[in-house]
This record gives sequence, C-alpha cells and structure tokens, in this order.
Amino acid sequence: MIRSRLFPITAVVTLIIAVWYAGAVFLNATFEYQSAARADQQITFAEVLPKTMAQERPVLPAPHQVAQEIWKTTGEMIQRGRPFSKRSLIYHSWVTLSATLLGFVMGTLLGILLAIGIVHSRVMAKSVMPWVITSQTIPILAIAPMIIVVLASVGMTGLLPKSFISMYLSFFPVTVGMVKGLRSPEVMHMDLMHTYSASPVQTFWKLRWPSSLPYLFTSMKIGIAASLVGAIVGELPTGAVSGLGARLLAGSYYGQTVQIWSALILAAICAGLLVTLIGMIGDRVNKRMGIREATN
Amino acid sequence: MQEPGLLIGCIIFWLAAWYANTRLASIETRSRTLSLLINLAIPILFGAAIIALWEGITRGFGVPPVILPPPSAIWERIISSIPMLWSDFVQTYLKAVVSGYVMGCTLGFLTAVLVDRSPFWKAGVMPIGNLVSALPIIGIAPIMVMWFGFDWQSKAAVVIVMTFFPMLVNTVAGLNAAGHMERDLMHTYAATRGQSLLKLRLPAAMPFIFNALKINSTLALIGAIVAEFFGTPIVGMGFRISAEIGRLNVDMVWATIFVAALAGSLSYGLIALLERAVTFWHPSMRSQR
Repeated sequence: MIRSRLFPITAVVTLIIAVWYAGAVFLNATFEYQSAARADQQITFAEVLPKTMAQERPVLPAPHQVAQEIWKTTGEMIQRGRPFSKRSLIYHSWVTLSATLLGFVMGTLLGILLAIGIVHSRVMAKSVMPWVITSQTIPILAIAPMIIVVLASVGMTGLLPKSFISMYLSFFPVTVGMVKGLRSPEVMHMDLMHTYSASPVQTFWKLRWPSSLPYLFTSMKIGIAASLVGAIVGELPTGAVSGLGARLLAGSYYGQTVQIWSALILAAICAGLLVTLIGMIGDRVNKRMGIREATN
Repeated sequence: MQEPGLLIGCIIFWLAAWYANTRLASIETRSRTLSLLINLAIPILFGAAIIALWEGITRGFGVPPVILPPPSAIWERIISSIPMLWSDFVQTYLKAVVSGYVMGCTLGFLTAVLVDRSPFWKAGVMPIGNLVSALPIIGIAPIMVMWFGFDWQSKAAVVIVMTFFPMLVNTVAGLNAAGHMERDLMHTYAATRGQSLLKLRLPAAMPFIFNALKINSTLALIGAIVAEFFGTPIVGMGFRISAEIGRLNVDMVWATIFVAALAGSLSYGLIALLERAVTFWHPSMRSQR
C-alpha cells in the first residue's frame, strides 16, 4: 500500500519543487536585469540564473535558501546550545504550539460536552445545533483581533486569548463528529442495552462512547489543524513579538521574504506533525478497541 | 447595577423562552408544515433569548462598551453607517472574495478532472492535497500582498490558493464515487470517456463538489479578511476591523462582523439551495421520516 504510493508522491513533490525553482528564477530575474541595466551592463541569462537563487530579499526565495534559513534558526541554534533563544524558530514554534494545544484541548472538551448534551436532550438538539452550524458560516477569524484586544483590556494577555480563538475553531468539527459518533450505535445494540435495563449513564459509557471514538479522532484531526491556524492568526493583530504569526508579520513589515517563507514552512511542518500524531494515537486506540477502520 | 429592571426582565424572557422551547420540542406532530415551523421556531427563540440575555447583562451590569457593547448599540451603529459598511462589503466581498472564489474553485475543479485521467498522478496528488488542506495556508497572505500590491488582487490571490485544494481533493474523491455497476453499464453502452464523465461521473461527484463549495465559501471570506490585516487601501472589512479596534470603537467592529456573518450565512444558504436543486437524487436530501 505505502510502497505503491511512494513513487507517485515523490513525483508530485519533485514537480512542485521544480515549479518552485522555475518560479524563483522567473520572478527574481527582473530585479537582476534592472540592476544590471542601472549599472549599464549587459547581462546574459546564464549569469542571471545563479544570482536569482542567492538574493538577499528575493521576490520568491529558492527552496534551498528557505531550507538554509530554517537550519540556521533551528539546527544551528541547538548546536550552539541555545535552542530557546529569541532568534530561534524553535522558540517561536513553541509559543504558537502551546497556544494551539491549550486551545485544542479546551475546544475538544467543549465539543464533546456539547455533543453529549445534544445527543441526550431534544431541546438542545433542536435549539443549539442550528446555531453551532451557523456559527461556522461566520468568518470567525475576523473577530480574532477583537478577542485579543478586549481580553487584553481586562488584563488577560499571552497564551489564553490566542487559545480562545483556537478553541472556537476546533470545537465545531468535534461537536459535529461526536454527535454523529454518539448516535452511531445500531438500534439493535441500543435495544439490547434497554433489555439489560441499563441506565443512560451505563449506556453512554458502555455503548455510545466506545462506538463514537473513531469519529472523535477523525474530527480531532480537523480540529487541531484549525487550532493551529487560529493561534497563528491570533498573533497577528496585536503585533505580538513571539510566535510563528509574529514572524510572518515582522517579515512582511521588513520585506524579509526568506523569513516569511521559513516561518510558513515551519508552520506547515507543525501542522503535519500534529495531524500525524493524532492519527497515530487514533489508530492505536482504534486497534485496541477492536475497530478495524475509522469511518467517516 | 444600573438598570436592574431591564436585567430582570431579560432573565425572565430567557427563562420563558427556555420553557417554551422545552414544550415545543416535546410536541409530536404528523403535519409536515407544523413540524417545519417548530423546527424553525426553536432556534429562532433560542437566538432571541441569547440576544435578550446579552442586552440585559451588558446594560444591567453596566459593562463598559469597550468590552462588550449591547446589541441595541451595535444595531444603531449598523443603521447609521450603512454607506461605509457597503463600500467595505464591495471591496472585500464583491471584488476579492467572489473573484477569488470563482477562480479558485474552477481551477481546482479543472485540475481534478485532468488528474483524474491518470491513476499515477491521482495517487500522488491525493495525499499531498489532503496534507495541504490541513496546512495554515492563510500564512501566504503577506507574500501575496508583496506580490500583487495592497488592493483586492492580492486578497483574491490568497482566496484562490485557499479554495483550490479543498476543491481538488473533493472533486477527485467525487469522481471515484460512481459505483462499479454503473461504470460497467456505461462501458456496455460503448460510452466514450467524455460521455461517461458527463453523464455518470460528474453527476455522481456533485455531492462532493458541493461539500467543497460550502467549505470554500467560509474559507474565502476568512482568507480575504485576514489578508487585509497585512496591508490594504483604506477600505475593506479586514481594514475596518483592524483600524476600529485600534481606536477601541468596538461597536463598529461588531457591525462589520455582523455584515461578514450575514454575507457568510447567505452565501452558504445559497449554495445549500443550489445543492438541493442539483443533487435532489441523493439519499441525504430525502425526507427525514
């Protein structure tokens, strides 16, 4: 399975990198031609080519420039024994990740609680569920700046306001997935619990909760990706000094494209790692519970 | 306590609404229209109760408007600044979101149809597309602002990139959704590739495509607004939010959010209606009973 996929994936990744290099040459060449024209020199394409890969502030940095920048701000920092200095991307990633994780845990708990309420109470199902869905058609990230500023005005700064945004973004997939999951036991099984004269609590722990776990992990994967976006956007409006979002903002103020790209790639790596981690935990739990494949 | 009467009145209204909802939810009825009405009335009543409670608490306890303005103040602000809100709406929604959304969805769709021809590329594109859909793509906003300038073109570019991948992944998945039996049937008809695509596989892919359209309608608005945080001309919903929050005009921010919420919900509703018309055959569209 994995081996048959490996080759096509490598092909697509190679294609993306090739397009990236071509784009870097194409977009950065204008600058080189212009500066050559200013110096009254003729410049050939063969001369321009290497220069487009090594500009200080390129329009589009070449992949290896970004890789070097990432290595300089992570690996080298570890080698010098200062992995948590303010210049290191590890520090900034940690700031963002801690907000992400806190918000994700809060959002997941809120989502599960809401789903339990919705499944067990008709009133809640009919009155809350439509609003949960409506709340997601609202571009909630737009109110991120307000949440940050308002919470700062009542003396809440740092980790918590960012986590609130992450929480808001991650509770929705969990609620929807868990409502589906908690309702997934078959009528036969529910009837069986009924013949055992099981209380609602017993039915919940012994039937509903176990059968909802595959749904929980599927929606947690979506939720944690959304949490990371929330934490990054939460760092934008206040001019935060640390975190991946702050690196993006600082990079865009000072035209440091390499810095923007390295923060972006690192955010992508974080997202990939988090989603994979949740997926692995989910697989392991599902296997122990005897569920063969996660259903959507 | 500034207006205890108002606070008490609102709490009574909230309790009454809660009680009414409990009664409404327990009504069993055979009539289709009646049950539809009940299902509409309950969330509306719930929403009204929340707004009443919001009004009562902010006015009753005298919460400073910088933290949370009461709904009535927000409404006054909306009414009094319609021209400004409209120009923001035109700049962000009609220019950036709509053009970016249409281009991004079309590109994603066309790429998916192309990729679908080759199992090799399909196997490569799907995992990568799924991964990219989980990435914080919104981060490319500063880059796009550098490339395409401050005006709406850069926002549309962000929207294109954000909407491209969900559309690609969903369409590729949808084109595989047609069953083997139906495909074999098309084969026995000696249908060409194009015919079986148009007559069988695209219609079968429609639920997936509409799913992507729905996801994208929210993503597009978010993308355009957040991209405006990185630099805009002095108009636009994202600009309004970041500028007014700097001046602590929280009611103006809420007014803009109201417009954004309205735009988001309406476009979502429009797509849902279209879906109902196009995929009327799908099991999820059948009556619940």
